[in-house]
Amino acid sequence: MNAAQRVARTVPIPAGAGMARALVERNVRAYKHGWITLLSGFFEPIFYLFSLGVGLGALIGEIDAGGGRAVAYASFVAPALMASAAMNGAVFDSTFNVFFKLKYQKLYDSVLSTPLGPRDVAVGEIGWALIRGLLYSTVFLFVAAVSGAVESWWGLLAVPAATLIGFAFAAVGMALTTFMRTWQDFEYVNLAILPMFLFSATFFPLATYPGVLQWVVQATPLYHGVALTRELMLGDIGSGILVHVLYLAVMGLAGVIASAHRVERLLLR
Amino acid sequence: MAPHPVDRPLISAHQLTKQFGDFTAVGGIDFEVRAGEAFGFLGPNGAGKSSTMRMIGCVSPPSAGTLRILGLDPAADGPQIRGRLGVVPQRDTLDEELTVRENILVYGRYFGLPRSVVRERAAELLDFAQLTDRADSIVEPLSGGMKRRLTIARSLVNNPELLLLDEPTTGLDPQARHVLWDRLFRLKRSGVTLVLTTHYMDEAEQLCDRLVVMDGGRIVAEGSPRQLIAEHATREVLELRFPADDHAAYAVKLDGLVPRIEVLPDRLLLYTEDGDTTAKAVHDRGLAPLSVLARRSTLEDVFLHLTGRTLID
Repeated sequence: MNAAQRVARTVPIPAGAGMARALVERNVRAYKHGWITLLSGFFEPIFYLFSLGVGLGALIGEIDAGGGRAVAYASFVAPALMASAAMNGAVFDSTFNVFFKLKYQKLYDSVLSTPLGPRDVAVGEIGWALIRGLLYSTVFLFVAAVSGAVESWWGLLAVPAATLIGFAFAAVGMALTTFMRTWQDFEYVNLAILPMFLFSATFFPLATYPGVLQWVVQATPLYHGVALTRELMLGDIGSGILVHVLYLAVMGLAGVIASAHRVERLLLR
Repeated sequence: MAPHPVDRPLISAHQLTKQFGDFTAVGGIDFEVRAGEAFGFLGPNGAGKSSTMRMIGCVSPPSAGTLRILGLDPAADGPQIRGRLGVVPQRDTLDEELTVRENILVYGRYFGLPRSVVRERAAELLDFAQLTDRADSIVEPLSGGMKRRLTIARSLVNNPELLLLDEPTTGLDPQARHVLWDRLFRLKRSGVTLVLTTHYMDEAEQLCDRLVVMDGGRIVAEGSPRQLIAEHATREVLELRFPADDHAAYAVKLDGLVPRIEVLPDRLLLYTEDGDTTAKAVHDRGLAPLSVLARRSTLEDVFLHLTGRTLID
C-alpha cells in the first residue's frame, strides 16, 4: 500500500486509484487541439495590466497601499489582476469545461469504468486547472516585472500564490458545477465572480470602504487572494499572509472533497 | 496478481439486488458466467439488464446480495477489477475532443499502461476495428458503426479478461451490425469472455452460448438459445394474418389445432412441430388467411411465451 492509498483509507474521501495524472494527460492532449483557448488566457490579464495599470495608472500616479506606503498604481493593481486572472481561469476550467464533460460528453462515465475513481476525477480536473493557472501566472509575472510593476523579489512567490488561488476557486467551482442543471445556472457563477473581481480591493484599497463593508469584503475569497499576491509583490511580508494562505487552502481542500463526493453520487449510483 | 483459477466462475451473483429508492431495478438474481463463454442478458427495456451490467462493471454498488467478479469483491477491489474489464456502454462515450487514435492512447493511460505499450496496442486495435485510415480524424464525423467499433477497440486496450457489452448493436444498420458481430466472434475465439445485453433475438442467437431472459428485474429463464427454444417453444411457428382488426375471433376457430396459439394485434402465432402440415389443416377448416408464414421458433417466441409480451414494443 502506498501513501496515497493509506490516506484514502483513513480520510472519508471517495475512492481513487492515485491515477489523477492520467486525466491531466488527457486534458493536455485535448488542449493541443484547442490551443487558441489556452492562448487567450495569457493575453486577457496582460491587456488589463497595460490598460488599467500603465494607461490609467499614468493619470492616477501613486496610491496608498496601506500603512501609509505610497506605490505606483501599476504596482498596486498588477497583483490584483494576477489574482483575478487566476480566479477567472480556474473558474472557467472547473465550471464550463467540467459541466460539458459531465453532462454532454459523458467523459467521466468512461473514465470511471477504468481503475480511476471519483477522487481521481476531482483531483485530475482541479490539478489541470492549476497547471494552466501556473503557466498563465508565470507569464503574467514576467510581463509585470518587465513593466516595472513588481516591487520586490518576494514577488516570485506570487506564482505559487496565484496557483493556490486557482486551486481554491477550481475546487469550489467544480463542486458547485455538479449541482448545475442547465447552462442558465452559470449566470449565478458570473453573478458571484464579477462583483468579486471589481470590489475585492482589486482596483482601489480596502480603506476606501466604510467600516462594515470592509468586513464584507474581507470575508470573500478573492480578497484574500488579492491581498496575498499584493503583499508578496510589494514585499510587504507579515503574519497576515498565513491567514490568506490558510483561508485559500481550506477552501480548496473542502472543494476537492466535495467534488469527489458529488461525482460519486452522480455517476456511481 | 494471482491468475484466476479455471474452475471457478468469472462472475458469480447471488440474490443480486439493485434498488433506486422505492424502485427495484434488479430484484435478487442468481447467475454465473464461466471463462471463455459468451453470456447474454436478454430482455426488453427496463428489465434490469443495464443495472446488472453497471454492477458487474463496478460502477454501481449492489443494494443487496453478493457479487464476485474474477474472484474479487467490487465493494473492496473496484479499481483492481475494473483494471481487468473492458466496458462498452450502451451509449458511446468517446472523447470528442481527441482523435480516433488518441481515444485509445488516452484510455490506455487510464489503466496505467506505459506510453510505448499503448502506442503499440493502439495500432493493433485500430487495425482490428478497421479504422486505421481514420486514425488521425476527430471522432465526431465518424458513422455510428465506426464509433461503435472504436468504443469496442478502446475497451480492449488493457487486454481485458472479461468484456461487458451493453446493447452493442442497438441503433446500427444491418451491415454495421454484421461487421460488429464478426469482430465479437473473433474476440470470443481469442478467449475473451463476453457478457452482453441485448433486446435483439438474432443477436442473442448469434453471439451467446448461454443466456438469461430478464423481465421486471428478475430472471425468468436460463440456458443456451437452443435449450430455451426447446423448453419454451415448439420447433416451428406458423404466422397467420387475417383480414380483420381482431385476430382473437380467428383463434377460437383454430381451437384444438395446435397446443398453443398466441394472439398478437396483427397476427396469430401457432406453435407447432410442423408448420406446413398445420398450414394445410388451417385451410381444411375453411379459413383463408391473407398471409401464411411457417418459420423456425426463435428466442422472441420464448420471450413471448414467458412474459406474454413481445420484446420490442
